[in-house]
Amino acid sequence: MTVTVELNSRKITREIEPDMLLTDFVRAEGCYSVKRGCETSNCGLCTVFLDDLPVLSCSVPAARADNRKVTTLEGLLEEAKEFGAFLADEGAEQCGFCNPGFVMNAIALFREKAEPTEQEIREYLAGNLCRCSGYEGQLRAILKFLEWKKERGQR
Amino acid sequence: MLKIKEYKKVKSLEEAWELNQKRSSRLIGGMMWLKMSRGSCAMAIDLSGLGLDQIREDPSQFEIGCMVPLRAIEQHQGLIAYTDGAIKEALRHIVGVQFRNTATVGGSIFGKYGFSDVLTMFLAMDTFVELYRSGIVPLSEFVKNDYGRDVLVRIYVKKQPARFFYQSVRNTQTDFPVLTCAAAFLPGQPFMAVFGARPGRAVRLLDHNAILGEQITEETAREFAEFAAERIRTGSNMRGSKEYRTHLVKVLAKRAALFFADGRGIL
Amino acid sequence: MNFQTVNKPIRKIDAMQLVTGQPVYTDDIAPKDCLIIKLLRSPYANAWIREIDTSRAKESPGILAVYTWEDVPQDGRRFTCAGQTYPEPSPYDRLLLDRHMRYVGDVAAIVAGETERAVDLALKKIKVTYEVNEPLLDFRKAKDNKILVHPEDNWETLVPVGADNLRNLCAHDESADGDIEKALKESDLVLDRVYHTKACQQTMMETFRTFCTIDTYGRLHVVSSTQIVFHCRRILANALHIPKSMIRVAKPRIGGGFGAKQTVISELYPAFVTWKTKRPSKLILSREESMTASTPRHEMEMHVRIGASKDGKIQGIDLYTLSNTGAYGEHGPTTVGLSGHKSIPLYGNTKAYRFVSDVVYTNVMSAGAYRGYGATQGIFAVESAVNELAEMLQIDPIRLRGKNIVRQGQKMPAYYGMMNTSCALDRCLAKVKEMIKWDEKYPVRFVGNNKVRSVGISMAMQSSGIPGVDVGSATLKVNDGGFYTLLIGAADMGTGCDTILAQIAAETLECPLENITVFGADTDASPYDSGSYASSTTYVTGKAVEQCAKELRGRIAALGAKILDVPAEAVSFDGREVIFDPDGEHKSISLQQIAAYSMDGNTIALEVTKTNSSPFSPPPFMVGAAEVEIDLQTGEIKVIEFDACVDCGTPVNTNLARVQAEGGIVQGIGMALTENITYNENGTLYENSLMQYKIPCRTDIGRIHVAFENSYEESGPFGAKSIGEVVINTPPAAIADAVFHATGKRFYELPITPEQIAMSQI
Repeated sequence: MTVTVELNSRKITREIEPDMLLTDFVRAEGCYSVKRGCETSNCGLCTVFLDDLPVLSCSVPAARADNRKVTTLEGLLEEAKEFGAFLADEGAEQCGFCNPGFVMNAIALFREKAEPTEQEIREYLAGNLCRCSGYEGQLRAILKFLEWKKERGQR
Repeated sequence: MLKIKEYKKVKSLEEAWELNQKRSSRLIGGMMWLKMSRGSCAMAIDLSGLGLDQIREDPSQFEIGCMVPLRAIEQHQGLIAYTDGAIKEALRHIVGVQFRNTATVGGSIFGKYGFSDVLTMFLAMDTFVELYRSGIVPLSEFVKNDYGRDVLVRIYVKKQPARFFYQSVRNTQTDFPVLTCAAAFLPGQPFMAVFGARPGRAVRLLDHNAILGEQITEETAREFAEFAAERIRTGSNMRGSKEYRTHLVKVLAKRAALFFADGRGIL
Repeated sequence: MNFQTVNKPIRKIDAMQLVTGQPVYTDDIAPKDCLIIKLLRSPYANAWIREIDTSRAKESPGILAVYTWEDVPQDGRRFTCAGQTYPEPSPYDRLLLDRHMRYVGDVAAIVAGETERAVDLALKKIKVTYEVNEPLLDFRKAKDNKILVHPEDNWETLVPVGADNLRNLCAHDESADGDIEKALKESDLVLDRVYHTKACQQTMMETFRTFCTIDTYGRLHVVSSTQIVFHCRRILANALHIPKSMIRVAKPRIGGGFGAKQTVISELYPAFVTWKTKRPSKLILSREESMTASTPRHEMEMHVRIGASKDGKIQGIDLYTLSNTGAYGEHGPTTVGLSGHKSIPLYGNTKAYRFVSDVVYTNVMSAGAYRGYGATQGIFAVESAVNELAEMLQIDPIRLRGKNIVRQGQKMPAYYGMMNTSCALDRCLAKVKEMIKWDEKYPVRFVGNNKVRSVGISMAMQSSGIPGVDVGSATLKVNDGGFYTLLIGAADMGTGCDTILAQIAAETLECPLENITVFGADTDASPYDSGSYASSTTYVTGKAVEQCAKELRGRIAALGAKILDVPAEAVSFDGREVIFDPDGEHKSISLQQIAAYSMDGNTIALEVTKTNSSPFSPPPFMVGAAEVEIDLQTGEIKVIEFDACVDCGTPVNTNLARVQAEGGIVQGIGMALTENITYNENGTLYENSLMQYKIPCRTDIGRIHVAFENSYEESGPFGAKSIGEVVINTPPAAIADAVFHATGKRFYELPITPEQIAMSQI
């Protein structure tokens, strides 16, 4: 079947198998930031934006993205660098394999809530598993990033 | 992984219903659970082009399209206010935000899953489901009966002057529940508690014999909890034994009753 | 100590590539024309393949090859998949494809085809007839059982570890110091307890994966997510029965390892397929395969007897550990040793100890290496016993430890008789007491709504490499313009060793970190390194880097002196230039000029390789305290605060050391509370996905605070010891004791579940 997807602001039309999942679709398009960490919708590694909402691309049929907007980290490089630098400054990126999904969902959080509480941060990102960091360094990075953004906004 | 031979985004409910009459067809919601099945289907029917992803609120009810993602329900200010936040509590533990942006309420309800927080919560409300052919039926009827290969279109929650309680017990915060409990006083009905993840699907328990009495007290709440533990059938699975679940029925039934005792409860 | 680059919170040199999702992992760089490989796995825990019909699968469209035991000589030499130094203590008990299926998940056939779809279809077309036998599932009944996991004649052990396949024994060991029976007899109180821990999963986010190609010279080029490129080369040569010279193994970025990738899991099959077909191939294990057919932690049962005087002096510790290695012996003989040798030495004033161990085969998934490597299990047992001892003696558990802990300068009989050369365990203990506000919170407080909060404590130690065995090497060279390349064979698996080793080089070479580029790890180009495991990289390879950089400084100075035409002994190198300055006669030449000269008519190589191995393995120490909140009615439990203090010598990178500790603690919390392993009666594992095997997510845990109390280890680079593994060891016993304080119930088995807690209160 044929689908037309606006992938990272570029409209593409592709012939796909009807059961192709969005994860495989975007990887086939060179969006290698999107990882698969499980088969049970639990890990959050495959997070992409579908019409600006973070979803698990492992559970979305590529067919459902027809005539819709899909964004991966490749399409958010500036935002990724800006927030990612705070992660890097904590050493909390570690193996990095969960980073793209985590950074995507963190960006979604920042867009949705300018000043989330610590509890809101934890809950929003609960579906992003990480086995290296113990989450504490990621939390420090987020809090410092939000502080930095607030200060920058005030200036 | 589920293998799909043909993917059909339908143009009408009639088309969806027609296509769904074949045993080899599958209606897909969020596809969260369905994709994990090892089987195959000749046709996947996608309702996402029918505008069924909206929640409408009017003075008498909420109308929720079957393709509304769980996250939209949990964030809907009207539903949050109406349920005193109980609906948010029911949904917030389900895996993660991205999961709940993908999973649909139609998929959750139609699947009648035992572990379902969603079904537990909606059973505590005055809920109806609209089926394309069978029409509008109470959720409590829908859960018990087989509607074959009908199509679930919308869910209606009738607004009642009521307050709601929701609590679940989980081994980890985002795991399937070991037991869910929702409760409400709906007008004209005795006190109702709903228990899910027994691990069987959620069931309602009504205080027909007015165990709780006019004024709920520690004592009557305890008696109701004993009654619930006797009446609610539980079983064992990986997440908990029958005995533990029955114990939890007792604990949550009492908490639910006491929640309504002083208007605040222990949530 | 005044450091320039070491002991600083420096950003990882690959960090920005990782946080922006660049394609740096195995599957991101695999050739697009790779054959896809999948494995047909046994549904039975103990079975023989009577017949396997692959004809329909082979004819299936898009299928290139199907291999079964018939393609592998069954009388050929066996091998082990354990990434260990040769001769490996792990028995040679594997064949690449075996007729005997020894656990649910053992590999019956390899299928390689053009697409995943084609391979999935072909898998269904293979017809296997199994002769199904009764499986041996209870490790307590394994020794001398009539069911033999390895009855074969070509089972082999290279090292005398007390193994005997005809008794299901993978290893047996005994060690002692002093007269333990006498020490216990003379104790006022003897505690006798049995503890049980399960086969927890490393659960790194990137599952096992490998791709292979044939290189320009017809050799097998293996690119894999592995911690052990050199061992991997040997293991593949053993498995395929081809010369080692025909294999090259390299690793790209690794999406986490935690020891899982110290064993060859995914490499065998693409290596075999590519070698046979000469086509590129790749194998990506699913999460389910990673959970059911890899090498998790060894399940252990530990019988502890510990004796003390009334005033709280620990007299002796007697430990018997039974370890379950599962279907194969990977890391079986070695992990068990740490359960005693890295728990008993925490106590420095005992009169005697004894440690006896058995490691047995059973028909469940093979165990392997997981962060902590047996120490985690043993420390849970011994520290839990000490906590219970404190309760019985009515002595505060911190005070009891204060009386007994091992101190710097003491000999440690149970730690291979080595000296405790650097140790701040006493300071760690005091620090954690203060951090968690022990005196306020111990033992328990009611906080309303049926909830209580309580605290518990545990200590831990580990090692820094395997003494006298682990080898670390570094090559440093000066390049055009004066920047350096550091070549290593150690594997950065996210822990940051590329950065840490570069920091050590920069410190020694007195240059900015940016002047060092790092290359690793590739068997064709890297200097030999045992690999990244056993907490060895910073201590063993780090020292090699330091030595290497020192020697390179000498080379730079010598070449500088030659250019300046002055005696080599008379010059100095300050990181920027070589200076000749006797009595004010100043001459100098910059590193850039020297580098340029080195490429023009030069005969002094500005490249040095150094290899290091240490006869010592100075232990890092740690103390951790947990505060838990428990709903006594539902049994729900949450660690709301965990405070820990680590002595890893000098932390080379303070950020990375902290994150190691935080990450390790959360893994330890998972082991204590949520990560369960259960089998059905046929030996099928229930926890086969992230849906069923519950690692902590960020709403499951409260705040974690980590502090450092540094000792200075003379034998390590800039005083450093290890940190990678010790950090997982404190949560289990600390949490179990906190649960006791909250509930009055002692738990001797992990994980401690809400159900167990709630039911203990009825």
